[in-house]
Amino acid sequence: MSLVAEDILIVLPEIIVSLMACLILVLDLYLPARLRAWTSFSLALVTLLITVLIILSNSDSNSVVGLNSLVVKDRISDLLKAGICLFSAVVFVYSRRYALERGFWRGEYVVLGLFGVVGMMIMTSAYHLLTVYIGVELLALCLYAMVGMQRDSIPASEAAMKLFVLGALASGVLLYGMSLLYGLTGTLVISEMSTEVGQIGTPGLPLILALILVVTGLLFKIGAVPFHMWVPDVYEGAPTSTTLFLAAAPKLAACAMILRLLAEGLEGLFQTWQEMLIAASLFSVVLGNVVAIAQKNIKRMLAYSAISHMGFFLLGILSGTAMGYSAALTYILIYGVITLGVFGVVLTLTRQGTEADLIEDYKGLNHQHPWLAFLMLLLMFSLAGVPPTIGFYAKLSVLQSVIDAELAWVAVIAVISAVVGAFYYLRIVKIMYFESPDTGTDIQLNCGNAQHLILSLNALVVVAAMPWIGTLAEICSQAVASIR
Amino acid sequence: MLANYLPILLFLIVSIGLGFTLLVAGKLLSPSKPSAQKNSPYECGFEAFEDARMKFDVRYYLVAILFILFDLEIAFLFPWAIVLDDIGVFGFLAMVVFLLVLVVGFIYEWMRGALEWE
Repeated sequence: MSLVAEDILIVLPEIIVSLMACLILVLDLYLPARLRAWTSFSLALVTLLITVLIILSNSDSNSVVGLNSLVVKDRISDLLKAGICLFSAVVFVYSRRYALERGFWRGEYVVLGLFGVVGMMIMTSAYHLLTVYIGVELLALCLYAMVGMQRDSIPASEAAMKLFVLGALASGVLLYGMSLLYGLTGTLVISEMSTEVGQIGTPGLPLILALILVVTGLLFKIGAVPFHMWVPDVYEGAPTSTTLFLAAAPKLAACAMILRLLAEGLEGLFQTWQEMLIAASLFSVVLGNVVAIAQKNIKRMLAYSAISHMGFFLLGILSGTAMGYSAALTYILIYGVITLGVFGVVLTLTRQGTEADLIEDYKGLNHQHPWLAFLMLLLMFSLAGVPPTIGFYAKLSVLQSVIDAELAWVAVIAVISAVVGAFYYLRIVKIMYFESPDTGTDIQLNCGNAQHLILSLNALVVVAAMPWIGTLAEICSQAVASIR
Repeated sequence: MLANYLPILLFLIVSIGLGFTLLVAGKLLSPSKPSAQKNSPYECGFEAFEDARMKFDVRYYLVAILFILFDLEIAFLFPWAIVLDDIGVFGFLAMVVFLLVLVVGFIYEWMRGALEWE
């Protein structure tokens, strides 16, 4: 057993981010207090941006399996790793001020975030069930701690506890499924497992049980119905900066994990998992969109919206075609961008003492801050899937793939619930533009210039990127070509 | 195939036999002077039966967790040391990296004051 340069190259992004996380952890102990917050922030940002550059410069069309088939580097991993690092960098920019004011912007917060990024990147390039599991756990442990970072906040502690207990249960279920798969196929490497499963023909009961357990674990991690119960409570209870962190980038990592495990490893069981995903996906879009209507808290509303969006993402996966996988990948990237923007606006409106997390708080935002209200309008239209936003394109492409897979009835139900969903997104727009603010409330913005600039760019991208949407779709379809 | 498990069977027999012998020997040979204190169940430092809702000093947990963490990680050194000849420079360097990560954690807990009882 020995290392070659190629092996190092595959995991170079992970190595860099882990090393820098260790460095920040130690630096944070020795630097004087006034330098700490700034150093950890800027180092983390530089690390993530350099990692993006390294990933992009090493990106090529070959798919390389290395480190004794533990990891793989292909277009999917390159694309999603770059996305994860970029999204996390934006998260750090948005959340710094919020966390500083609430006194939990410590070096540990940054370090946990970076280790979470490492976990996500491991999930993205995992080609072995154990590597998948290590990535999932590393990410989950960081998220538990980040959710509970405000120790004196009761909702945050409650959210952390719920996430921990349910997350541990889901990891256990996933692990049990993996152990059954290992027992039945005799291998942990995903490509070998794919061959073994392909030879089986009609699956027996144990294999189906293993599949059910794995799918349960995966659905839990992305928060799809019927394993969605943790999502609203955690989104609402966690500090908004952490909600932002766990709402965007982890979904990309989960997308890679689902593509590798289901689309590649268990491809032979496509018929069986397609049925499971159809049920999960339809329940997610219907329940997410209907329950979101009743919410008064915007973070909770966005949590139900996230559930319904995960349903749409699963639509692409369950088509089982290259086009479907590529649509799902496009969907998750676009959804990530929009979510970052929405929570960015929510973070901008919060200040010490006010969370601005009730929908009422947005009353008459247009009168006081027309630009911010306009950005929020774009983001809400994009979440609802109104043309000409990229959210529209995302929905269109998954629906197209479902119809091509001859599942038109699934597409019909999804479209109907998307129309229901448009109601609560547009209600926010109505509240911002057509209602006057309560007397005595003065909405103040709470962000620096850099944050404001990035937020504006982020929100404008949902419309401005439309001419280049074909390029994104092209990149995604090239990426999924490396499956199988 | 089954013969491979013979040592385990022997081990089971010896351990059960030894345990049994020691218990019986203790019963037969030791002087027996029971008292109320001796007959009460023993639990280290606490009353055996009382309200479970009592405050524990969180420092106990901190020490216990740190001990378990480092103890388990050091346990990797034993199998590593045994096969060091076979795994060569790669294995050696892998352990160096592992220990370096451990040192980072150690510096962190030391500087954060987790090792002080104050």
